Amino acid sequence: MSTYKDMKIGAIASIPMIVGGVPFGLLFGSLASSYDLSPWFAVAMSAFVFAGSAQFVALGLIALDAPLWVIVSTTFIVNLRHLLYAADLVKFVKHLPFSVRLWMGFGLIDETYAAVRPLYGTGEANEKTGHFVYLGSFLSFYLMWNLTTLIGVAFGELIPEMSEWGMEFAMVATFIGIITPYLKHVSFWACMVSAGGSAILLVDLPNNLGLLVSAVIGVLVGYFCDASRQADTSLQVSENREV
Amino acid sequence: MDFINAVMILFGMFAVTFGVRFVLFASAHKVVMPAFFERALKFVPVAVLTSIIMPMILMPNEVLDVSFTNYWLIGGMAAFLVGILWQKQLLTIGVGIFVFFLAKYLFSL
Repeated sequence: MSTYKDMKIGAIASIPMIVGGVPFGLLFGSLASSYDLSPWFAVAMSAFVFAGSAQFVALGLIALDAPLWVIVSTTFIVNLRHLLYAADLVKFVKHLPFSVRLWMGFGLIDETYAAVRPLYGTGEANEKTGHFVYLGSFLSFYLMWNLTTLIGVAFGELIPEMSEWGMEFAMVATFIGIITPYLKHVSFWACMVSAGGSAILLVDLPNNLGLLVSAVIGVLVGYFCDASRQADTSLQVSENREV
Repeated sequence: MDFINAVMILFGMFAVTFGVRFVLFASAHKVVMPAFFERALKFVPVAVLTSIIMPMILMPNEVLDVSFTNYWLIGGMAAFLVGILWQKQLLTIGVGIFVFFLAKYLFSL
C-alpha cells in the first residue's frame, strides 16, 4: 500500500475528533487574545507545544502572573498521561529510526493515540505502515489545531458562544466508539467503571490530576481483574486434569 | 509579559511536553517491557478515554447532572448502547451525535 493511502487511513480515523477539536482551538485562540497576550504567543504555543488541555491551563496561570516554574511544572503534570500512551506504543515503534520516533513523540496527543492505537489491533496499521497512518492523523490534528488557534486569535470575538454549540460531543462519541469494542471481558468493564467513577469523584483535583489518577486506577483494576480471572482458569484447568 | 519571558515559557512548556512524550520512544529500541506491564498496558485506552469523557458527560455544567435533560448523558448512553450492540465505530459516532443534537434541540424548545 502507498504512503499516501496509509496516511489517509490515519486522517480519516481522526475526522470526528478533528470536528470535536475545532471549538477548543478557536476558544484557545480567542481566550489568549482576550487576555491581551500578543497574538504570536498563542500561535507559537500551538505550534511548538501542541498540547490542548495544558495550553488552556497555562493561559490561566499566565493570566494570574504565575512564575515560570509553576507554569512549566503544571504543564508537566497535565501531560503526564502521555507517558501511558508512549509505554503502550513502544512495541510498535521500537524498530523505527530515531528521527521517525522523534516526530512521533512530538505528535503524541490524546486524539492521535485514540485514533491510531485501535488500528494496530485491526491490522490497518502494522510495523511497516503504522508510522504513516500515525503521520496522517498527527498532521491533520496539527493543521486543525494551528489553523483554529490562528482563526481564534484573529476573529475570536466574531464567533460568540461557539463553545455552546456542542461540537465537542463528536469527540465524546468517538471515544465511546473506541471503548465499546474492548468490552468483551469483565476485566475491561471493571476498568471502565472504576476509571469513570474515579474521574467523577476526583474531578476537583488540580491540574488534571484526577484524570491521571483515575486512568491509573482503571489500568490497575483491569489488570488485577484480568490476573485473577487467569488464575481462575488455570485453577480450573488443573482441576480438570486431576479428574 | 516581555519577550524573553514569553520565550522562556514557550520553551519550558515545549521541553516538558515533548520530554514526557518522547522519553520512552527515545530508548524504544532497547526497552524491554516486562510481560506483566504489557498485560496492564492493554487497559490504557479504555482507562484514559473513559476518564476524559466521564466528567464531560455527567458534569457538563461542572455539577453532577444525572437527569434526562442532560443531553450529554443521553447522547453518551445512545452511543454506548449502539457501540455495545454493533461495535461499528462510525455507527456509534453517528447515532451518538444525532441523538445528542436531537435531545439538545428538543430540550431547547
